Amino acid sequence: MTVAADHDEEQLDLPGAAGTMDSRGKQRGAFATLAHGIRLTPEFREGLVVTLLLALVATGGRVVVPVAVQQTIDNGLMGDGGPDLGLVRLACGLALLAVLVTAFANFLTNVRLYRTTERGLSALRVRAFRRVHDLSVLHQAAERRGSLVSRVTSDVDTMSTFMQWGGLLIVVSAAQLTLATVLMLFWSWQLTLLVYVCFLPLVLSVKVFQQRLQEAYGVVRARVGEMLGAVAETVVGAPVIRAYGVQDRTAARIDAAVDATRAAQVRAQRIAAVTYSTGELVAALATGMVVVVGVLLGVAGEITTGRLVGFLFLVTLFVQPVQVATEVLNEAQNAVAGMRRVLGVLDTPTDVADPGDGGRALPDGPIGVRFEQVSFAYPGGPEVLHAVDLELTARTRVAVVGETGSGKTTFAKLLTRLMDPTRGRVLLSGVPLDEVRFDSLRARVVMVPQDGFLFDSTVADNVRFGAPGLSDDDLVDAFAALGLADWLEQLPHGVHTEVGERGESLSVGERQLVAIARAYVADPDVLVLDEATSAVDPATEVRLQRALDSLTRGRTTLAIAHRLSTAEAADEVLVVDAGVVVQRGPHCDLVAVEGVYQRLHASWVSQSR
Amino acid sequence: MLWVAVQEQPRIFAVATVGSALFALTTIGQAYVFGAITKEVIVPSIRDGEAGRASLAVAFVAIMVTAVLKVVGIIARRLGAGIMQYRLQATYRRRVTRRYLELPLSWHQEHPTGELLSNANSDVEATWYPIAPFPFAVGVIVMLVTTLGLLLVTDPVLALVGSIVFPAIAVLTVVYSRRMSPLMTRAQQLRGEVSGIAHESFDGALVVKTLGRERDETDRFRARSEELRDVMTAVGRVRGTFDPVMEALPVVGVLAVLLAGTSRVGSGDISPDQLVRVAYLFTLLAFPVRAIGWVLNELPRSVVGWDRVQRVLQATGAQEHGAAVLDPDGGPTSLSVEAVSFAYGDADVLREVAFDVRPGRTVALVGQTGSGKSTLASVLVRLLDPDTGRVVYDDVDVRTLAPGALSEVASLVPQSTFLFDDTVRGNVTLGADLPDADVWAALRTAQADGFVAALPDALDTVVGERGTTLSGGQRQRLALARAVVRRPRLLVLDDATSSVDPQVEQRILAGLRESGSASTVVVVAYRRATIAMADEVVFVEDGRVSARGTHDELLQTSAGYQDLVHAYERAEAQRAEDVRDALAAAESEVTA
Repeated sequence: MTVAADHDEEQLDLPGAAGTMDSRGKQRGAFATLAHGIRLTPEFREGLVVTLLLALVATGGRVVVPVAVQQTIDNGLMGDGGPDLGLVRLACGLALLAVLVTAFANFLTNVRLYRTTERGLSALRVRAFRRVHDLSVLHQAAERRGSLVSRVTSDVDTMSTFMQWGGLLIVVSAAQLTLATVLMLFWSWQLTLLVYVCFLPLVLSVKVFQQRLQEAYGVVRARVGEMLGAVAETVVGAPVIRAYGVQDRTAARIDAAVDATRAAQVRAQRIAAVTYSTGELVAALATGMVVVVGVLLGVAGEITTGRLVGFLFLVTLFVQPVQVATEVLNEAQNAVAGMRRVLGVLDTPTDVADPGDGGRALPDGPIGVRFEQVSFAYPGGPEVLHAVDLELTARTRVAVVGETGSGKTTFAKLLTRLMDPTRGRVLLSGVPLDEVRFDSLRARVVMVPQDGFLFDSTVADNVRFGAPGLSDDDLVDAFAALGLADWLEQLPHGVHTEVGERGESLSVGERQLVAIARAYVADPDVLVLDEATSAVDPATEVRLQRALDSLTRGRTTLAIAHRLSTAEAADEVLVVDAGVVVQRGPHCDLVAVEGVYQRLHASWVSQSR
Repeated sequence: MLWVAVQEQPRIFAVATVGSALFALTTIGQAYVFGAITKEVIVPSIRDGEAGRASLAVAFVAIMVTAVLKVVGIIARRLGAGIMQYRLQATYRRRVTRRYLELPLSWHQEHPTGELLSNANSDVEATWYPIAPFPFAVGVIVMLVTTLGLLLVTDPVLALVGSIVFPAIAVLTVVYSRRMSPLMTRAQQLRGEVSGIAHESFDGALVVKTLGRERDETDRFRARSEELRDVMTAVGRVRGTFDPVMEALPVVGVLAVLLAGTSRVGSGDISPDQLVRVAYLFTLLAFPVRAIGWVLNELPRSVVGWDRVQRVLQATGAQEHGAAVLDPDGGPTSLSVEAVSFAYGDADVLREVAFDVRPGRTVALVGQTGSGKSTLASVLVRLLDPDTGRVVYDDVDVRTLAPGALSEVASLVPQSTFLFDDTVRGNVTLGADLPDADVWAALRTAQADGFVAALPDALDTVVGERGTTLSGGQRQRLALARAVVRRPRLLVLDDATSSVDPQVEQRILAGLRESGSASTVVVVAYRRATIAMADEVVFVEDGRVSARGTHDELLQTSAGYQDLVHAYERAEAQRAEDVRDALAAAESEVTA
């Protein structure tokens, strides 16, 4: 969970100025957010009206009992001439029919609601996922990985819970209250007024309760997070805890976190219990008042016995909507927040966009690279590359060297169009990079990133990521061509060996071997290598160098070199210092003249030999 | 398990159950009050056209008193059940994590991190989940039995209706959850998979982008997302089928009561108020009856959670300790490794490894990846016990040392850095009472004083999981300071500077030499500079010590060692050759 993220320090310096994903749309109110979300997801609208109408029909079933009771008492039991069984039968028969109809409507509502919302949510999820990949690296890097993931997972799930439960409940409750009110008004407007007077304060205070409850749940979530962190320490930090004999201290830290969590949970529970029971008290108050006033009205001849008793049944219909209102409000808020976060992704512009069909394909044949007055600054940051002019001949191997923070990795990101220059332009075979269609660009220009990320699958699947459709034999041939046949042989299942999560069953160096094979089968004309800095054991190092040589042969190659041995082997070396190219030429020339390169080389030699 | 829960928290369980019973009885009471008011107040008043002030007041008070009692019941039940559930969770989380701390590292290595985390978290939670509705269910059973009894007393026909409707609701709830739970499990699993794909895909975003595979990744994600969609649609169908039935059942029950009741009233067996009372009772009971279903519903999940938790609590294999102690200030220890063998399952990792280190000397362990160096480092400080052989400090077998005695004299800096979610000071001292001057000195030796001084709150800056982000190299340096500050008599460094710049590493090693005269040092090393610092090299191949001596001696005597340290040079040579080949190839292409 917290095993060191051993990234090159240079990668950490991506500024967060691009992190505007949440500021976008934050101004929008709850309804505007929902409307915007539904506009972006037409799937939600399909058959929505019918579903809502069905929900209203389904609500009708709720008043069957009070009406049936009223009819039975007034006309069946208390009617002239004693109990009239026939009439009660008729009433009950009709009521049964109503129950069946509403049950069926209820069934249809649920089925339809689930179908539409799940369809819409899945579409929204997939759209947001795709958008994340279409965002520029700057936007991707500005956001924590977990946060991006939650935008296509848990944020969508909160919407799903709300739409299928809370949202429906709001509709049904509203209908239930309306229906009950209409019926009550029909029976007695005075008593209706009375019920409203009783419930009004409760309805008005729902918001307050809900805020307190949400705050309490917020505290619970935070405490649970801290507790899980503390628990994780006992597992992830197991070696350290034992090596330093700090079991007692760790146990104390956990106890504190566990207790804090429990306290927060109990507090939230208390608020929920009070909220819930307030509804009961108010309902009792309303019932009591209705009895007193109702009897008085009855005495005055304003209401019949049956209607009064039926009225008391109707009061129960008020309790549940009010009791669950706080919960539904909570869910509604979470759903809107979730929607807002998903929309945040969809509303973030893809600033480094594919020109698509309007774009051009790169001409066939070897590709030369030209930088024209290229400057680059991270959003809100100082310029890191200053008006660089550069020409790379096709099929040469060029190494870029420079100190950490000199701007050398910026070259790699500009050349692969992971970022666009703030000024100037980059051309490949004379075609401006931003006019090249992505399918052409990605097929011809391939970057091997520093950490050689692998997917949790087999070696074969990972290599095939560079060229889908290759047979296993093709893959074995590729490894052989890279001089890695012996390495492949010593894997337990050859190309079918599982590499584990993020490739972690392989060593760092071995992961890079697979990444190199992946780039090799993609067969690009331009290669960009961001050399890894982490230490690799010597045997793998030999293999890596051999494979890299085979990979780069005959391709225009730009290598971001952290090891000067790469520079020694390149056709040409570019020395970058403070955002400008200060020296260029073959290693043997540069090392002979006084300058940045000589200094870098001298310090490197002293460390490694 | 429910019984265990009751035993662990008897008092609070009593509160919750009494509350629940109170709730149950007052619910029935409400129906009685309701029926009585109908009979005694409403019907006669309206019939006679006059209302007694006193009877109205009594009716009102009766309603309010029942309601207040019911609310007291609800609060006692809800709070009691909640407190009981949370206390049990807390207790078991504490027990599980205590066990994690007690069990040896070898046990940890056999269990995946994710599994252990979910044992302490979701499994504990699942185990005590049924506790929340449990007192409620007990109360409902009280309620049901009372109701049926009352119905029987009132009228056998109405009792018959009740004895069909209520069990039917409970049974349906169980059938419902049986149908639902595999779908829910599947949905949960798919949610995990959807999230897994998103996680992996966003982690590898750069690879996806640079190879232009966005569409394929989206397809992969879509496939799983649509599977989830289909399962959830099926959930909607099941819910759509059961929910209306559950809702209609009590209504049908009331209708049956009215129908049967009217003819009973007609034949004079019951009075109208009794009929109203029964109808009201049905309305009130319909919902709570489901609580029994909820408990039954959660039980299978709970049992699984309980089993997993028990597996941790009953795991054995704690390391045995003796009573011996070593003087923490006794200067460098001698270290002797005697015929140590170690295997993970069937895989032999160390085979009869033996070597001695004299006090104050520095030894480098050198070998290929997978040769067993890290395991050996763990054995040296007794994170792992060897299968055979022993490790001895100053003539004391480490297995005879008292608990905690070993960490007083020896420190290991493991390969992967671990920082606690704590301040810099806390991470270095680990709670030991050390003056800041010592902490700074250790940070200086580890070359960490510079960046720590630059942190917003210096020593008080929180680092780790939720704290300031540090680079891999900075984290390693803090981990190193943690070892150095203890002035260990034996210091074991397991590739502890891999993420540190080579120049910085040099300064660290130099610092250790100067200040570390009081330590015997064993260092697992890759870099030549690190090896060069050692007085002696132990070359490990395939879990065996294949050669030992000074660096220069080994270069002479061991072909394997020579291969390893010369690999860099050979890589250089190979590359130069390849470049020549490439040039030749390019030339011949040009001429052709």
